[in-house]
Amino acid sequence: MELFFYALISGVLFGIFFALVGIGLNLIFGVMRMVNLAHGDFIMLGAFGAWLIFSKLNINPLWSIPIEIVVFMIVGFFVYYAFVPRLSKSKDPEMLSFILFFGVAQVIEALAIFAFGNNQKSIPFSTLGQGSVTILSQSIPLAWLISAIISLIMIGFIYYYLYHTRMGYATRAIMSSQEEAASVGISVSKISAFAMGIGLSLAAVAGVLAPFMIGSIDPSIGSSLTTMSFAIVVIGSLGNPIGTILGGIIYGIAMMFMQTYLASWTNLVPYVILILILLVKPAGLLGKRVRNA
Amino acid sequence: MHKKNARLIIGMLLIVITTVLFAILPKIYNNDFLLFNLMLYIALSEGLNLIYGFTGYLPFGYVGFFGTGAYSASILILLLHVGVIPAILLGGVTASAVGIILTPLLRLSGAYFAIANLAASQAIYYIISNPHLENITQGPYGIMLSSVYNATASYNAMLFVLFFSLVLVLFFRQSKFGLSLLSIKEDSITASVAGVNVVLARTIAWLLSAFVAGLCGGVFAWYTSVFYPETVFGLNISIFAIVFVLFGGASTLLGPLVGAIILYGMYNFIGISTPQYFQLIYGFLIIVFVLFLPDGVISLFKKVRKYVP
Repeated sequence: MELFFYALISGVLFGIFFALVGIGLNLIFGVMRMVNLAHGDFIMLGAFGAWLIFSKLNINPLWSIPIEIVVFMIVGFFVYYAFVPRLSKSKDPEMLSFILFFGVAQVIEALAIFAFGNNQKSIPFSTLGQGSVTILSQSIPLAWLISAIISLIMIGFIYYYLYHTRMGYATRAIMSSQEEAASVGISVSKISAFAMGIGLSLAAVAGVLAPFMIGSIDPSIGSSLTTMSFAIVVIGSLGNPIGTILGGIIYGIAMMFMQTYLASWTNLVPYVILILILLVKPAGLLGKRVRNA
Repeated sequence: MHKKNARLIIGMLLIVITTVLFAILPKIYNNDFLLFNLMLYIALSEGLNLIYGFTGYLPFGYVGFFGTGAYSASILILLLHVGVIPAILLGGVTASAVGIILTPLLRLSGAYFAIANLAASQAIYYIISNPHLENITQGPYGIMLSSVYNATASYNAMLFVLFFSLVLVLFFRQSKFGLSLLSIKEDSITASVAGVNVVLARTIAWLLSAFVAGLCGGVFAWYTSVFYPETVFGLNISIFAIVFVLFGGASTLLGPLVGAIILYGMYNFIGISTPQYFQLIYGFLIIVFVLFLPDGVISLFKKVRKYVP
């Protein structure tokens, strides 16, 4: 029973973090129907940003969050205008975006190896929070709790943006129908570029927390983070950013239980969940709209 | 009709030239390893072409079949003492069997299929490399096939697989079956109205594609004779095959051939010593090709000549 509660609590905390890992990918997909296969690599860059700030400037890595939000916002605008308008005009934008962003992922990974080398880097746990806290008589590292809280705050911002601001309304209008949104005078490209910026910033913030949640980082972690994000997003439902929270928590709990009871099979979890959900309920657990699968 | 025969002959000539070239090259150029890998990647690219080029499904986890072929052939040889050639053939069959298990994935469209297939290949990798299965698969510790090692014979086996994969693509390209696949790719509903059995045609292409990858895996296992799960399930193998096909031009016979020769050549030139340079270059190539030349290098030829094999 001890183990059970430990797995449950850590599963929820990780789940909230995983929701942050996936939410940017889902936002970008929802708004522009593009599959950002470089998502994990942007997370990796975010993680290296935190590592640089910590190891070179000796500043608490949390300070990299506001800096990275601004930087990745700009990167997002650039990525949007460089690729998306041209891709949208092509024969099969969704599939081609998948391949294109795969190329982007390769470029990012190669550049990251030039910049940071192939060795693993880590940030000590204690920079985020010393010691541990007790929840339901289970002692949990403080760093996990803080990561989960930061993730919740970020997700809260996104919720507020989408549901309580004018630009958020416009964003959701584009999500449900790009043509109709354009016909009522919404500037689709501007709002979409902004969504791309937000999506990448969210990835970067998840990256800042990654060294505390998933351990040491190196330029090659991107692709597995991308697959993981897909699992999380698909469980929730593609194109519904808030559904990602549910996806993250289910994923986190499943992983923690597996790690507790059947440790050697943990690596299988994301892939098996992903395949099962895609086959059983392709629209995701919260999916309403049926996509043409 | 006359035109069709001419095209068939051009295609067959291309296949014969390629095969003969690879048969005599080892006598002139003594880097067998490079030649073997080149054949391997041509065969894999043509195999991937069967499914991607003719149905539009992009199997990101294509390597799953390759690894399945390598492992099942090795296990048959080591544990059940099956002869090498039948073991490799059975490796191909096992890969197709995995393909049958994965056929429900074909219900998914576009990117979802690619992601699910990627996940499936990773799942197979984690199952095979699991330490709990050490008795069967040796878990993460890898396979040793040195007892049956034979460099010349395995080279020739690869030559056969290469030939086979090229013939399959030519068949797809020239037959009514291939035409019906292309019609499904263009518009599956119209195709089914016109009397094409969409599900069956797709499944056949899928299983043949898996079979080719399985054969490649088996022969690769024989040729290398010592390998680890991460060698035969490395995502790079899928990625190489996809990039070669894209670069050359999908749904042609010549495209993947050209793509594999140029890019794998380039990889040997700069990639092996400093892989990140190659990664950078092919990342850029993918971006440029998707944006400006989505039908590959071959589409440049098509501007000059109407038909390219």
